Amino acid sequence: MIAELGLAMLWIAAALAALQLVAGCLALTPKGGLFMGLVRPVAIAQGVLVAGAFAALIWLFLSTDLSVKLVAGNSHAAKPWIFKLAATWGNHEGSMLMWVTIMSIGGGVVALVEKRLREETLVATLAGQAFVSLGFYAFLLLASNPFQRLPEPAAEGQGLNPLLQDIGLAFHPPTLYVGYVGLSIAFSFAIGALVTRDVGPAFARAMRPWVLGAWIFLTLGITAGSYWAYYTLGWGGWWFWDPVENASLMPWLAATALLHSCSVLASRGALKAWTVMLGVVAFSMSMVGTFLVRSGILTSVHAFAVDPTRGSFILALLAIYIGGALTLFALRANTVTEGARFSFVSREASLVFNNVMLCGILGIVLIGTLYPLLTEAMGVKVSVGPPYFNPVSAFFAIPMFLIMAVGPLLRWRDDKAARITWAVAVPAFLAAAALLGIVIFAPAVSVLSALGLALAPALALASLMPLRGRNLRRTPLPIYGGVLAHLGIAVALFGMASESAFSTEKLAAMNPGDVQQVGPYAITLKGIDPVAGPNWTALEATLAASYEGAAPIILRPQARTFSNPPGNRTESALSTRWNGQLYLVLGEEAADGRWQMRLWWKPFAPLIWYGGVLIALGGLLALVGRVARDVKRLVATDKIAFRRTAQGR
Amino acid sequence: MSAQAPGKPGPKKPGLALWLPLMLFAGFVVLVIYGLSRNANTDVVSAFIGKPLPAFDLPPASDDRPGLATADFTKGKPRLLNVFASWCVPCAVEAPQLAALAAKGVEIDGVAIRDRKQDLAQFLAQNGNPFARIGRDDLSQVQLAIGSSGVPETFVIDGRGVIRYQHIGDIRPEDVPIILRKLAEAGA
Amino acid sequence: MSVVKPKHQRLVLLLFAVSALIGAGLLAAYALRNQAAYFYVPSDLVAKPPEPGRAVRLGGMVQKGSIKTRGDGVTIDFLVGDGKVDVPVRFRGITPELFVEGSGVVAEGRMEGTTFVADNLLAKHDEKYVPREMKDMSKAQAAAVVAETK
Repeated sequence: MIAELGLAMLWIAAALAALQLVAGCLALTPKGGLFMGLVRPVAIAQGVLVAGAFAALIWLFLSTDLSVKLVAGNSHAAKPWIFKLAATWGNHEGSMLMWVTIMSIGGGVVALVEKRLREETLVATLAGQAFVSLGFYAFLLLASNPFQRLPEPAAEGQGLNPLLQDIGLAFHPPTLYVGYVGLSIAFSFAIGALVTRDVGPAFARAMRPWVLGAWIFLTLGITAGSYWAYYTLGWGGWWFWDPVENASLMPWLAATALLHSCSVLASRGALKAWTVMLGVVAFSMSMVGTFLVRSGILTSVHAFAVDPTRGSFILALLAIYIGGALTLFALRANTVTEGARFSFVSREASLVFNNVMLCGILGIVLIGTLYPLLTEAMGVKVSVGPPYFNPVSAFFAIPMFLIMAVGPLLRWRDDKAARITWAVAVPAFLAAAALLGIVIFAPAVSVLSALGLALAPALALASLMPLRGRNLRRTPLPIYGGVLAHLGIAVALFGMASESAFSTEKLAAMNPGDVQQVGPYAITLKGIDPVAGPNWTALEATLAASYEGAAPIILRPQARTFSNPPGNRTESALSTRWNGQLYLVLGEEAADGRWQMRLWWKPFAPLIWYGGVLIALGGLLALVGRVARDVKRLVATDKIAFRRTAQGR
Repeated sequence: MSAQAPGKPGPKKPGLALWLPLMLFAGFVVLVIYGLSRNANTDVVSAFIGKPLPAFDLPPASDDRPGLATADFTKGKPRLLNVFASWCVPCAVEAPQLAALAAKGVEIDGVAIRDRKQDLAQFLAQNGNPFARIGRDDLSQVQLAIGSSGVPETFVIDGRGVIRYQHIGDIRPEDVPIILRKLAEAGA
Repeated sequence: MSVVKPKHQRLVLLLFAVSALIGAGLLAAYALRNQAAYFYVPSDLVAKPPEPGRAVRLGGMVQKGSIKTRGDGVTIDFLVGDGKVDVPVRFRGITPELFVEGSGVVAEGRMEGTTFVADNLLAKHDEKYVPREMKDMSKAQAAAVVAETK
């Protein structure tokens, strides 16, 4: 019953989306005033209905209704409830429904609260949103119905990929989805603004909270994904430049650029066409990323279930939406009015520079990700990895970091370089001193790591400079947000550089009782025992790790074997201190009965992820500040309107 | 900006450049369409399909089943050839599916790869023994000769000893109908 | 510094953006030429060895009986072959679960003398996953084996 109800809600929502598109288009015709009032309520109703459909699917999974094909195929009665919940979106159909749900709820919220935009632009935006979601509705209803029943209920569910039975991974994809879909709303705003030729500060202000929200989730998603790969793959690395990782990084790069150009447009009315273009690019990158991951067109260490047919469907949607948007852009961008002017030494100029550098990195990553495909078309097989990505992206990232330290100090429109000399000189001196120190005391460190180590503290200091001379209590939240996010970049950069420069690794075959030294730790193997979990068995090593002679802590890395469906996974054991992380992996039994152990000491490695969290937190502060201000303004205008009517004006 | 000559018409240049993103995107679409079509074609189709089995004669791997030779596959009826080993976890997982196939009257022969007799006996006792014959392939010679790159793999051999289908990896419940269909096609 | 004239500003921005992106493209093309890891099968590796130290991938079959563990318990030597030639491979680390004699492997690493030193081994047979290169590899190898057994 619930399944049928869910399906019905989904169909009605799809019909409403079609209505929203048609009414939106009619409303923009000269005599369409009649339809103008229809679009908002339809968008809200559509959001509510899809949310209902998604809630129905969650209910089916939580109650393990095995008469539903999707539940039988992806869940199991014996699974902990949190994984049942995660199983809702841990499969193709469910994740697509989740995608549509977030998208339509977003559209509903826009319809409910957005008051600054011209009504025509808003209607065009909502029509654009309906157009995008219609494609996904079609995909869901025609090709991947999540509510399909089985002819007869299954006796037992078929479990979930063991790789997905991990709390981090269970919530990692939806985090990224929220990010991707948030960008779809930015995309719709860009389309709406292009259609009505209304690219201005109001458009940027309306779009900004959505970009900011999407960006926060993308940041969290990438940070969590990187940490997950770090502890679960057991390779000791935290970023592999794998296609799946690049697929999440590219939208982030575009969204970061968009975020900054948005603020230029909102405050100064400049960079109009550029911001619209980035709005299109950011969502394109989300879809390109989804396409690359789902189609299996590129091989990845994260072996996900892939399906070329679904890939072609996503590709078709991609071609329609992005091709259409880019055509619209090419036709309309010339008619977008020229933005406000600024000089070469101004906040705008620095943001333009950073935007271009971000797009450069984006281009580098995109080319590197697609290159194996390109060469294969010519009959040569290659793989592209860190030797390409690291130095080439640094080529753009380092100038970007330099300007990032200066930009926030500059005034809008026009400024004198002499005014900020001291605020720049102090961090510059710090960086130079740090670089000199590294060259003298640690000459073996690679060029990139040395630059990172030297730049990070300077960048941290520079990121605090915008607060200099301000009344801290009266500083608006968005300023704090920017400061915190830039500080997060510096922190993460330090972690990355330190991890690559100073990690020590020890690979050894050990008998119980053997001791190995890695970094400051002395590690003793106490024993190896079999252990069993709810749906896995494992070999577990017990190790005592003593930090510089202190009382040892016990760590237990495992090699797990899952039964349903079969699979293996290493569970590394981590111990985090303020100055680094110990990372232990259990390998196989060697022929002579010794056990292979892989031990790492990674100084300051956790800063990579703390940095990521700081960046997201900075975004959150900015978002809260902006939304609070908007709400205040909304309330104020409502009050004025109320007073006016009360006075019978 | 000094590069801009005063005589040049300003808006024309950006006008063309505005189409650049669309063209780049079109290039991307062409590239991935090529990639997708290529992917679909090479979807693990063994070069051995349509080829006769190479000549082999394997000794028995267990005490209660005879060994396996090429001649066993040329008796007119299609058979399954299952490459497996007692040390392979997915092989145990596919055992119920093999049992289901055997229950439907499919004749299955096994090739045990680099196995020990006692391990194999225990494996068969635990997971059931759907095999009519089990050949012992200690050097993976037959496995390599039929283009199998790992365990488990399952081949459909028609009644004249020609390989008709190769299934890589364990047989999941949803694969059973496919294998039955391939067997029916091989018998036709 | 004076504020740029409006007529010029858009053009300057456009030129800057386009030249930076073209720069990125050229840089990427140049770097890819040097840094992309090419895929080799053993006979290619012997016929046209890459320059020592260059990162490449080697794909083939782990020859039966060839895996030998050294005294430290974590370094292994084995042969990767394609039916024509065998290449000695050295690997220091924890081998993947599905790394067994007689099955396929893709090794990432570089040539040192006549030995291939692997940093990483990929051997996947679960989740119906076959490394992309192996699909064709097994075909080429299959052809070689057919030729031999005839």
